[in-house]
Amino acid sequence: MMLSGWGRYPAVDCQLERLRRHEDLPGLLHRGTTLIARGNGRSYGDAALNPELTLSMLAMNRMRAFDAGTGLLDCEAGVPLADILNTFVPRGWFPPVVPGTSLVTVGGMVAADVHGKNHHRDGTFGAYVESLTLAGADGTTRTCSRTENADLFRATLGGMGLTGVILSVRFRLRPIETAFVMAEALVASDLDEMMALFEASRDWRYSVAWIDCLARGARLGRGVMTRGAFMERATLPPRLTSDPLRPAPAGKLQVPADVPSALLNRVSIGIFNALCYRRGRRRARAGARPVHFDRFFFPLDRIEAWNRLYGRRGLVQYQCVLPKGESAVGIAALLERVAASGQGSFLGVLKLFGPAGEGLMSFPMEGYSLALDFPVRSGTRALLDGLDEITHRHGGRVYLAKDARCAPERVREGYPRLDAFEAVRAEASGARPRFASELSRRLAL
Amino acid sequence: MNERIETALVIGATSDIGRAIAHTLAEDSRTLQLAARDAARLQREMQDHRVRTEVAVTAYRCDVLDEDGGVSLLDALDPLPDVAVCVVGLLGDQTESRRDGTAAEQVMRTNYVGPALLMGALAERFEQRGSGVLVGVSSVAGERGRTSNYVYGSAKAGFTAFLSGLRGRMATSGVHVVTVKPGFVYTRMTDGMDLPGRLTATPEEVATAVVAAIRRRRDVIYVRRLWRPIMFVLRAVPERLFKRMSRL
Repeated sequence: MMLSGWGRYPAVDCQLERLRRHEDLPGLLHRGTTLIARGNGRSYGDAALNPELTLSMLAMNRMRAFDAGTGLLDCEAGVPLADILNTFVPRGWFPPVVPGTSLVTVGGMVAADVHGKNHHRDGTFGAYVESLTLAGADGTTRTCSRTENADLFRATLGGMGLTGVILSVRFRLRPIETAFVMAEALVASDLDEMMALFEASRDWRYSVAWIDCLARGARLGRGVMTRGAFMERATLPPRLTSDPLRPAPAGKLQVPADVPSALLNRVSIGIFNALCYRRGRRRARAGARPVHFDRFFFPLDRIEAWNRLYGRRGLVQYQCVLPKGESAVGIAALLERVAASGQGSFLGVLKLFGPAGEGLMSFPMEGYSLALDFPVRSGTRALLDGLDEITHRHGGRVYLAKDARCAPERVREGYPRLDAFEAVRAEASGARPRFASELSRRLAL
Repeated sequence: MNERIETALVIGATSDIGRAIAHTLAEDSRTLQLAARDAARLQREMQDHRVRTEVAVTAYRCDVLDEDGGVSLLDALDPLPDVAVCVVGLLGDQTESRRDGTAAEQVMRTNYVGPALLMGALAERFEQRGSGVLVGVSSVAGERGRTSNYVYGSAKAGFTAFLSGLRGRMATSGVHVVTVKPGFVYTRMTDGMDLPGRLTATPEEVATAVVAAIRRRRDVIYVRRLWRPIMFVLRAVPERLFKRMSRL
């Protein structure tokens, strides 16, 4: 059946099977094809596609154990993050790292070694994984941790599913007193000001900024930064004290049909960005206020299938990170290139990362990360190749979980531990890799 | 009636539909009883409920193909449940069922003999107590014997008829019987089949429909609404014509 990532580009005809219990895996491996595990299809590009065999892990969604003393949760890889939130927020626990959507699976969070708004303080999700079980090419299951199969463990964090099928993950949750974040908006009128805000907000657990991608010249990099921290029970306003640990509300907005991508043009994007900026200024004047975690972390989850807003041909997301020393010049060059192209991007997101973690193929490194969305059009590829060049020139790299089109040499240059990763992968699955995806083929991994 | 269900039993609790029903029932039951063939898999399901919810869960090994048809389960149940849902079923392979009597018998026993005996035995105990809801998951395939799956269909037809008679007998005893005809569902049973999207439900949809039917004391339900008119028409087609519609 035709499958694609969240960007709906590319779409590939894949043999899709559903894994319901790990005992069935040897039989599937016995077919002799290559395969890739797939979670909830929230990576944007071609990471979870394999025409020969794409293995849906969504039925592997059992929780195995929880230790209320330490916050250690052991669950199967197909458990959605939203289930974990619904189950554990009311009990006063929150995942240490969450990405921008709760509709990912735990296995996907490990495979992409996801980061959140707290990367500058807390690192990636992988940092909180105590151990995981991984099925190899021979069908045997290995426990991987920092002390057991340590190389395989480091290769699997951020390994995009290429080291085997992640069956279960044990990781630590963090205690929270309330489900509310004290959030504050701050306006920056250019990129320097924005970066200064990030530096000044280092002590805040969560920080992220929206950037107006159409602003140029003196206003290049203007935008709104949001920073926040979970509230303690004592600081909660009286109207929220009745149910301080309430879970996310049910119900979603729908995007009933594909929006013609012609509606995404310079004018509409310009209006959208101007409105965002004005709204940000208003919120900045209003000062800090309590926001439910669901709105703070996952604003787009309220809109089902928002990817349809980008039209039938889909969207590509470009996310890169540049080393700290290169960030000011490099991010400015990227934004300048995007603004000059006139292609604009509804969502430009800037984030300061902390030091790189242990995952051999993990995306984050210390510096600034920029994420942009573009509808797929004729000029998009040339623009993104141009952005790649700038990223490369400044010693940066792109995020594989978002990527659908980067060239192999760019990835090779961007990920210095790629050789070590390939060595571990070869040792685990032999000369001909069994775990492969459209992404790994495109990148000659 | 929106009060909590005291105790709910799911037979076939490790199947896709059984799992979904158990999770939906766990949201408003105090005690959940899970029964299935494979003890190790049952253990995993039980553990999942224990981590996720406060509900008390017990597991029972039960195989409707056993000598006693799984009726020994009833003596083990403690307490006797207020709601019992039977999701046991096996599609089998029609061609194999045609050639191999043993295969056909297994399909018949799994879809009819086993579940009917079990529901019948549960009904006796519910009747003695004077309350309870029994839910049998049957199939639209039981409405008419079709070339492609009549062994399975005939067994489901038997089960549907059994439930219908049981419902009548229990009508004055305070015991209610629900027949569920899910239509196509995305499960292990239908993996690899090319199913029409509008007629195919997810296990979660089936679960929601089942729990709603229990609460509203419905008699016979389809899951996707479109099935009702379709089956109405299909039942009305004269046999002379129906026999030529061999591809159905």
